[in-house]
Amino acid sequence: MAARELVLRVNGVEHRGAAEPRVTLADFLRDGLGLTGTHLGCEHGVCGACTILLDGRSVRSCLMLAVQAEGHDLTTVEGLASPDGALHPIQEAFSEKHGLQCGFCTPGFLMSVHELLAHDPAPDEAEIRSWLSGNICRCTGYQNIVEAVQYAAVLQREADR
Amino acid sequence: MKPPPFEYTAAASVEEALAALTEHGDDAKVISGGQSLVPLLAFRFARPSVLVDINRIRGLDGIELDGDTLTIGALARHRDVELDGALRARCPMIVEAVAQVGHAAIRNRGTVGGSLAHSDPAAEWTALALALDAELDVVGPSGSRVVAAGDFFVTYFTTALAPDELLVRARFRIPNGRSGSTFVELARRHGDFALAGVGALVTLDDDDVVADVRIGLIGVGATAVRASSGEEAVRGRRPTADVLVEAAAAVDADIDPNTDVHASADYRRLIAGVLVRRALETAIARARGGDDGRS
Amino acid sequence: MTATAAPGFVGQRVRRKEDARLVRGAGRFVADITVPGALHAAILRSPFAYAGITRLDVSPALAVPGVEAAFSGADLAGRVGAFIEGARREITPSLLEQVDLEVKSCPLPVLPVDEVLWFGQPVAVVVARDRYAAEDGLEAVEVDYDPRTALPDAESALADGAPVLHPELRDNVAARLFISSGDVDAAFAAAPHVLRERFTFGRHAANAMETRSVQASYDAGRNELTVWITNPRPHLIRLNLSQMLGLPLENVRVLAPDIGGSFGTGLFAEDALIPFLALALGRPVRWTEDRQESLAMTRHARDQVHDLELAYDDEGRILALRDRFLVDAGAYNAYAVTVSYNTAAHLRGQYGIDTFSIEGLNVVTTKAPVAPVRGAGRPEAVFALDRAFDLIAVDRGLDPAEIRRRNLIRPDEMPRAMGMPYRDGKEMVYDSGDFPAQLEQALEAFGYDELRAQQAAWRAEGRLVGVGISSYVEGSGFGPFEGAVVRLDQQGNVHVVTGAKPHGQGLETTLAQVCADEFGVPFDRVTVTTGDTALIQYGIGTFASRSAVTAGTAVGVAAGRLRTKVLAVAAELLEASPADLELTTDGVAARDVGRGVSYEEIHAAAAPGPRNRTPEGLAPGLEEQYYFVPPTVTFASGTHVASVEVDVETGFVRVLRYLTVDDCGQMLNPMIVEGQIQGGVAHGIGTALFEEALYDEDCQLLTGSYMDYLLPTADEVPPIEVGHQVFLSDLNPFGIKGCGEGGAVSPPAAIANAVVDALRPLHINVNRVPLRPEALLDLIRQAKAATNRGQKEGEG
Repeated sequence: MAARELVLRVNGVEHRGAAEPRVTLADFLRDGLGLTGTHLGCEHGVCGACTILLDGRSVRSCLMLAVQAEGHDLTTVEGLASPDGALHPIQEAFSEKHGLQCGFCTPGFLMSVHELLAHDPAPDEAEIRSWLSGNICRCTGYQNIVEAVQYAAVLQREADR
Repeated sequence: MKPPPFEYTAAASVEEALAALTEHGDDAKVISGGQSLVPLLAFRFARPSVLVDINRIRGLDGIELDGDTLTIGALARHRDVELDGALRARCPMIVEAVAQVGHAAIRNRGTVGGSLAHSDPAAEWTALALALDAELDVVGPSGSRVVAAGDFFVTYFTTALAPDELLVRARFRIPNGRSGSTFVELARRHGDFALAGVGALVTLDDDDVVADVRIGLIGVGATAVRASSGEEAVRGRRPTADVLVEAAAAVDADIDPNTDVHASADYRRLIAGVLVRRALETAIARARGGDDGRS
Repeated sequence: MTATAAPGFVGQRVRRKEDARLVRGAGRFVADITVPGALHAAILRSPFAYAGITRLDVSPALAVPGVEAAFSGADLAGRVGAFIEGARREITPSLLEQVDLEVKSCPLPVLPVDEVLWFGQPVAVVVARDRYAAEDGLEAVEVDYDPRTALPDAESALADGAPVLHPELRDNVAARLFISSGDVDAAFAAAPHVLRERFTFGRHAANAMETRSVQASYDAGRNELTVWITNPRPHLIRLNLSQMLGLPLENVRVLAPDIGGSFGTGLFAEDALIPFLALALGRPVRWTEDRQESLAMTRHARDQVHDLELAYDDEGRILALRDRFLVDAGAYNAYAVTVSYNTAAHLRGQYGIDTFSIEGLNVVTTKAPVAPVRGAGRPEAVFALDRAFDLIAVDRGLDPAEIRRRNLIRPDEMPRAMGMPYRDGKEMVYDSGDFPAQLEQALEAFGYDELRAQQAAWRAEGRLVGVGISSYVEGSGFGPFEGAVVRLDQQGNVHVVTGAKPHGQGLETTLAQVCADEFGVPFDRVTVTTGDTALIQYGIGTFASRSAVTAGTAVGVAAGRLRTKVLAVAAELLEASPADLELTTDGVAARDVGRGVSYEEIHAAAAPGPRNRTPEGLAPGLEEQYYFVPPTVTFASGTHVASVEVDVETGFVRVLRYLTVDDCGQMLNPMIVEGQIQGGVAHGIGTALFEEALYDEDCQLLTGSYMDYLLPTADEVPPIEVGHQVFLSDLNPFGIKGCGEGGAVSPPAAIANAVVDALRPLHINVNRVPLRPEALLDLIRQAKAATNRGQKEGEG
């Protein structure tokens, strides 16, 4: 089917582009809109590298078609830092606790963690590991990611005060 | 791993969806959550000419618990069922099952109707439907019909749905009385497809005799399985350890597992028995009030 | 060696420079880079393990909308040469003089013409406006195969009458090594006890989270080729492309930007195919491997079988070792003896076994070619030896810790010659370390004795918990060299360029730490650039736990020399002695005198021209270059302890705790060292329990998706406790040893030993990894049946 015009709201901004219906949301974000922070790790919904937020909930952008995302609010890793460039507490925590090495899986983790902390501001280790079992990392062994999430929870609670 | 070309239409109503399905027949495929279909498209295993997207249809995502009847709209997301506190208290088996559907991101998008209509023999919802005698509301160009769960799942990835029909709703009957339930599965990793899984619900009478028992299994056949032999071995008896062992052994007659890259048929048989016993133990403990799984 | 200047950044847990861009999603991986006008390639791959190509017509693809071109092997004939067999060439004559080594030429092709030798082998390529259209084009290509009976493993490839996959090899043995010392036969003949056991290590796939990408652009006017590639060896890629495509070396520029993990090295057909397309089409061309492709071929590894024999005495002391192992190299043994020699060299580990013979064969089969992957032959060796030790411990009635105590090399034996050359041809000498102390530290930190005391009580409760030990040594900092160029700018910032190419190791941070200390500026003032062959003339790359040692030393020495030069120029300007000068935020000042010059002034003074003030004998400019040539490898070591719990009804294994003690010499950044070890251990847990590249009876890949090839998640990996020893290396001025791979070497052995320990009453043996629940349940059931039979016989 021919490419059709799409309007997607990403990180609070409306973007126009065109894509065939078969183009995945992940590919459209990356190639259509130049938002290359969302990465492709497997393209079949297992590794979680492509995770973004759709109306605040984490989804695999490789398992959605771009056309399906019209009318929704999308958040990608590019939307985490504040407009003045300050890191989001989750980003700050991942760096502070060395929760990333090559950085390829990291955007997917950051978005997954965002949803976790939104509904559970003080998760314990088991809850964190369970939630994050949908994001695969080959570099860190997950240890420092768990610590990063716990630290992010602390930073967010302090920011909320 | 890019999908092959297809035409795409987003239906705004059930009527529009049916019209599209009627027009395109076998060449059309419904997409709801897409968590099973999009990977098939990516691998080019599925090659529909037309995708009929039903996500825009309103009013199909309800989750209503009314007495003993749980009515779930086809577009209800797994995650919304998982978060339903009242449902967790009333029937832990359902919430425990849905919590094991993949991972959160999958559950945020995947739908109950999609899972039922896809009929993956490892899909938790299909075992729940069998165990709870679900009724599935189907609409087509000639009107609506109700399909009993036992008639709905035909074989691998095949249901009783005609190409021009749409599943809109599922009704589950949750037994009353002194009940306990659970869903346990064995998977290589958290969130993987189950090598085998068991949903068990037991209702005890005042003499601690099993008045009602439901056992549904996944991963052990061409569809989910209602383990009637296993149920028969327990129904009307006091659920002692020996009785549960008998039930686990009896289930063997109900299942016909396959061999694949993850496990052989023999292994699946073995662990199905283990899981049936463990699931019944938990369900009975909960029915007795020891561990009600409500936390 | 001694530590340099005042202690500063080296050794500190400094936050990483890389994070600033990576946490924002602002990293630039090759697939994120878009060369304007680039076309997309997709590759048609063989669905058969072994088949003749009877017909191949790519032209129908051209009719598919969006497709611009299509090529097959026939189109490349005469236009693309063969890969340089670097691993074979680098074998030094001195090594060949010392050991019995034969490596036959077995170069990897780009596209085959007549036959395919493995499932997934590239056969043809389609180029289109985007990847979607390119894949549509693949479906139009017409190809007929004549399938033949595959050779699914080394044993079948060695059997009488097996087809010879490469006629020029004369048989299916692509390489052979034989190393021995002492009278092995006599030692075995005289020994009170001999253990003979077979150990099998399944096939593994490296699975970096980023799949491979190649993007190429050719400027015909200048005859210049630019290639972006996810590869940790950009200079090697450049050398190969220059030769394969007939371009002068200086006309090829290879850029490796951010890389999402590598876990190994290797050259692949697409590395040359995509650049060829850019030349042939006069358009930029890009290709990104998808995960299905990656699982079929990108860095398959391990796949070894060892027939190990150990001669030992009544006290469990090892008297002699004999090992014969087969490496299933896949269809092309492209990496010579890189892995198999590592296996041989590291087999005896921390133990003083001086009478030994080791034979290793690399056998070609109809599977994907294997490559060196994290550990590169060491996990296989360690698995065999550590399992064998535990078997001997059972035989002698000893605790597995005790048998190790009785055999470990003592600290007073160090440095210890190990009776054979290392792969670089130099004598293999363990330069430093204290293995017995390492073992005791690990056991103590783990609470080994406490766990042993608890074990019986748990068994009585029905909880089957076991503990396992494994240790390793690792020759790190492999040569031949690595280089650094260090330059000072007008603001007093230091810019470092190196040929190392990190992919998660944090070298932009650790090398900056070294430079900051050696030059004398704050860490924030140093920038490290990697992955551009235009910026440094020679480079080797990052793999084999080498970059901290080699690039670290190169940066440190170059930075020190630049400091000397800067002070010399400042001394000229200030008419002072360099010894009286110190670096400040703004420039260089004479101590106690209150005079100084700014970096800008120094920079101007060093510039060429009539006003140059560089001292006599020193060239203009503020730049130093240094290539460090390590004398040989320096030996890191580690001991791992793991505890597991086994579900005896299902065969499922849960890793409860995992602890390591590692010696990697001077740690540049302990936070990064610990991250490397934790990541390696997770990788090893996957290798032990979850990951296997499996083929069916026709040798077609079964594990072609992440539903089937299982990487461990946060739920399968326990917290990993990392302990340290520090024995500074003598082989570089900074005392550094490598640490990138060690974590991945011991887990399969430690976990297998722990499983066996958990099931001690059943006397099962786990001699194969990965260990799947079903396989363990089979062992348990067999053992129980045997016990029951025994009991019945006893009753009868």
